Amino acid sequence: MQLTDEERRIRDGAHGELLAAVFAEQLAVGEFFGAERFVPVTNAHFMGDWEIFGQAGYDYLRRLADGGLRVRVPTTRNAQSVDFEHAELFAQSCELVDGERLTRAVLARLGVSTLNTCIGYQSVYQPRFGEHVAWGDTGTVAYANSVFGARTNYEGGAAGLAAALTGRTPAYGYHLADNRRANVRVRVTAAMRDVADWGALGALVGRRCRSYWNVPTLELAGQVPTSDDLKHFGASMASFGSMAMYHVVGVTPEAPSYQAANRGRPLIDEFTVDDEAIEAVFAEDIPGGGDIDLVVFSGPQLSFLELKRIAEALDGKRVAPGVWLIITTNGLVGRAAEEQCLLTAIREAGGVVAQGTCWYVMDPAAQRAHFGWRRLVTNSAKLSNIIRAHGYESALRRTDECIHAALNGRLEPR
Amino acid sequence: MSQRVFRVPQAFGPVVVAPVLVNPRPFSARYDLDRVSGVISRTDHPLRGQPVAGRILLSPLVQGGVAAAWALLTMANRGVGFAALVFGELNPVMVQGAVTAGVPIGAGIDPRAFDELVTGTLACFDPGRGTLSVVDEPAPGQVLG
Repeated sequence: MQLTDEERRIRDGAHGELLAAVFAEQLAVGEFFGAERFVPVTNAHFMGDWEIFGQAGYDYLRRLADGGLRVRVPTTRNAQSVDFEHAELFAQSCELVDGERLTRAVLARLGVSTLNTCIGYQSVYQPRFGEHVAWGDTGTVAYANSVFGARTNYEGGAAGLAAALTGRTPAYGYHLADNRRANVRVRVTAAMRDVADWGALGALVGRRCRSYWNVPTLELAGQVPTSDDLKHFGASMASFGSMAMYHVVGVTPEAPSYQAANRGRPLIDEFTVDDEAIEAVFAEDIPGGGDIDLVVFSGPQLSFLELKRIAEALDGKRVAPGVWLIITTNGLVGRAAEEQCLLTAIREAGGVVAQGTCWYVMDPAAQRAHFGWRRLVTNSAKLSNIIRAHGYESALRRTDECIHAALNGRLEPR
Repeated sequence: MSQRVFRVPQAFGPVVVAPVLVNPRPFSARYDLDRVSGVISRTDHPLRGQPVAGRILLSPLVQGGVAAAWALLTMANRGVGFAALVFGELNPVMVQGAVTAGVPIGAGIDPRAFDELVTGTLACFDPGRGTLSVVDEPAPGQVLG
């Protein structure tokens, strides 16, 4: 790779051996992908929590902090695995709780803002068009690339922090204009009535065109997606297909037209998604309905508007006995919802709102074992996909169906 | 002793010799694994119950995202980590995580490997040469895994 004078100084240890070791990891990744140079970044988003990295990850971070390293650009943190206020309610282990306290402290020493959110793009920082950033969490990456026209690859774990510490990242993948061109064309005629429909669309696109390097373009038939719709689409597409960018013609900034999004890249697939295709996704799991153990709105964390909609739907009602209703959001949205009395409505209905976390990183396998949970319903296609690794039977349903299930303790057949 | 060699054009890390675990599905450390025991745990996974420790994972694709980066380091630290990871196609997270964990990793393997290799085959992954070569194959009828 071609290095600037400053990058050579970092590599050669002018800023210390620790930073040189961090940079060496970045160099190895850049060389793997054939990057020719580094690109400066203005912002980083760090993904890491005790549930995923445990003692080994903590030791890695502590070594950097003990060496005096600090982030060079504003850096936020993704959802953590504990909401300390609700840790006991969820029977979370002392190891997990203590580990999260240690993690927060060490990240603060590194200069990371522990906002603990996977929706920072809706509530903290919105990069401008063409801005190079280094974001962890797949959903944030999809949103940054697609909706803002910013430029980032998946920066997993230590890589996101490495970019924050060196202020740069290897220029490959979605930092380069040619890789951002669409090579999948999807015409969407389905009505798209709920965020779950957008998640189902993400599942269809992700399964069919699975590859980090594929970029779909959606051509809509008059539907007008909201920020939350696009959030669920991108998170689901990333979950099912490991994909990091999409275009929506007439909506996202690099797609004023299909031709502008495609710019001559050969298509690998072209298809239409209609109502029948979306309904088929909903009917895949637990089609016969039946008793459920929990309803979860999480993955990604809920925006203020999503939370408001659920609070209003629950107002004056009660969740069925024996059923858990779990919602997660970040602290910023949580405080706003508290001020607006939305949390009161949810709590009085029997729901739980956890903040600064996302349920699938709260060690749901341990919760299943402790509470005997087996079946869950969610409006998040991403969560429905992930949670099967933890032994759950999950069903994706529209938001209203999820609330109906929570209030009645049963999922209706489809 | 077989001479079969499969090209792996993108590769990083030291040489490793270990049994292969052939995963027919896209791989995710978050979605597929119990990362404490190092066993494939996803309810609908065809390899459910298989340990991954000390094996070369051979998988056509990846799914999901950033969790793998830390998972590889954590599993290695717990002694249940992969010997190496070789993919048909991957995303940056797998490479970032493997580099941090010091686990050899490759991409772009000749797709014939998925037809010709079976779980339990002893293989040598040489990132410097960009090859995965068969060292020894399980006897016919041998219980694999």
